[in-house]
Amino acid sequence: MSRDCVLALDHVHTRYGGEVVHDDVTLCVWRNEVLGLVGGSGSGKTTLLRQMIGLEHPHSGSVSLFGTRLDRVGPRRERDLRDRCGVLFQGGALFSSLTVFDNIALPLREKRLLDEPAIARLVSLKLDMVGLSWRDESRMPAELSGGMIKRVALARALALEPGLLLLDEPTSGLDPMSGEGFVSLIESLRESLELTVVLISHDVDTLVDLCDRIAVLADHRIVAIGPLADVLASEHPFAHGFFHGRHAQGALRGRYRS
Amino acid sequence: MTTVPDRRPSAPAFELETRDEGATVVLSGSWTLQDLGPRLRSLRKALVALGKRQGLQWDLRAVERLDSAAAVVLWQIWRGQRPQSLSLRPEHDRMLQRVASQPARAARPRRHPLTALADVLAMLGSELHEHVRGALILPGEITLDLLYILRHPAQIPWREISASIHSAGFRALMITGFVGMLIGVVVSYLSAIELQLYGADTYIVDILGISVVRELGPLLAAILVAGRSGSSMTAHLGVMRMDQELDAMAAIGISPTRRLVLPRVLGLGIAMPLIVLWTSAAALLGGMISANHELGISFGQFVAALPSALPMANYWIAVGKGVLFGVLIALTACYFGLRIRPNSESLGRETTNSVVAGITITLIADAVLAIVLQGVGYP
Repeated sequence: MSRDCVLALDHVHTRYGGEVVHDDVTLCVWRNEVLGLVGGSGSGKTTLLRQMIGLEHPHSGSVSLFGTRLDRVGPRRERDLRDRCGVLFQGGALFSSLTVFDNIALPLREKRLLDEPAIARLVSLKLDMVGLSWRDESRMPAELSGGMIKRVALARALALEPGLLLLDEPTSGLDPMSGEGFVSLIESLRESLELTVVLISHDVDTLVDLCDRIAVLADHRIVAIGPLADVLASEHPFAHGFFHGRHAQGALRGRYRS
Repeated sequence: MTTVPDRRPSAPAFELETRDEGATVVLSGSWTLQDLGPRLRSLRKALVALGKRQGLQWDLRAVERLDSAAAVVLWQIWRGQRPQSLSLRPEHDRMLQRVASQPARAARPRRHPLTALADVLAMLGSELHEHVRGALILPGEITLDLLYILRHPAQIPWREISASIHSAGFRALMITGFVGMLIGVVVSYLSAIELQLYGADTYIVDILGISVVRELGPLLAAILVAGRSGSSMTAHLGVMRMDQELDAMAAIGISPTRRLVLPRVLGLGIAMPLIVLWTSAAALLGGMISANHELGISFGQFVAALPSALPMANYWIAVGKGVLFGVLIALTACYFGLRIRPNSESLGRETTNSVVAGITITLIADAVLAIVLQGVGYP
């Protein structure tokens, strides 16, 4: 595996008013790895994800996407870079006035590269990938369950065949079986494409199954980063509590033997 | 930290080679949507032309990456059939099989124009039915809620009523006052030109008084409030519906009509007559200034002539209209607000409907009142 940073955060500081959100966050996401990002509620994980694709800019420090600093490029280049990222937002962020089909087709139609039959085929392929059927195509987001919204959102994030996938709580709201299906989906995508994934999750099962490395965000900075064994050995109270809690132990026992 | 510059994959390309086994199309490079980009069109065109040839061999072993978009494009070029001679990497083969396994989608059945027309008519009919039902149910519910809180005074939502008076009433003072004054100036100015011709200058007080207090003041206030406060009430209820706040309220056991609709109706019912008087006063002031300027009628003369030109009944009519219009606007706004479905399109549509319906209903009520009160309040 090559070791270039697909996504790099360099000494990122973020403040909202007087409140410090990130205090010197430095992080490098390698090509073709799955990096898990964990942290308590309100620790600034989602803000960090928004900064990764340039929706927000840090107070100081820089964010580089595919080797290009986001603060040094014009809006057009930034859009090009963003096109290469698929983002699954926490709430799904589906367009409520479009059908499932149109939601997934939207990024493809926007690019104007493919014709309608190709788009139709791709959309049903993506739906199939995330475990939905073409019968769901004509439904509106308001008619979907929470888990289905997540899947449609994932299908839309995958529509442009991104090289970097940013997932904000992809398995929350999914039943355990769908969660496992999601894990195998990401694994198969990684196999066929050189896919890099940043995964924000509280679900220890998903993290253990999928992540090559895990970064722990606490006290406004990355307090531990590395393969699971390293993070398990971390003495930081949050990391310790997260991975040594009762639920986590249950999840770890079956899968991971250190 | 150093970041390695982006490793650009090699561009997608193809070549036509003549090998022992026959003509072979050799694809190479990275066949992904990102890398194909604008090249897609020309590559596709060239390959489609090639694809028509029979007995062609396809060699995809030099393809570095193949994503599903590129696989779909290739599948289209092969017109939905796997070429007889195709060699490719196993992972790419899996991708291709995935594409091939998608059932060809049947085209959406075209509907007969008469069926479509019948559908539209049926939709209009059901919508009309829904509106008539809603127009009966909501005022009924509000009346029941009103009777309930009158019997249980401890549950009168004072805070909500006060907040509603503040947002729909107090905050509207600036704009209604300003617009009222401008209209007063315009009416007075236009009348002055005509009146001067006949030397009937002093009748400006009668014209302004009756038209402003009886009609223009209440109507202007109603139109502005329907546009301003009505739309905000509708949108507010709509966003509450989208965020499931209304469901949460119902789950806690709070009646959304009693807690949300009733205070707004009462609040606007209280605030509106005051806004009407305020708007009328502003319009009269504007008219006075204009009359002073154009006809030389002093403020003192104007005010002194007002009581005889404008009997007290007109003020009561204005106040009554204010209450009625306020209640109608709030009811309409809340009715459309509660109709909003959880999607952004519905929010926009119902907010527009709310304003249009609010103004129309007010105008209809005003026309009815004009006929009913024909003989009342003239000097």
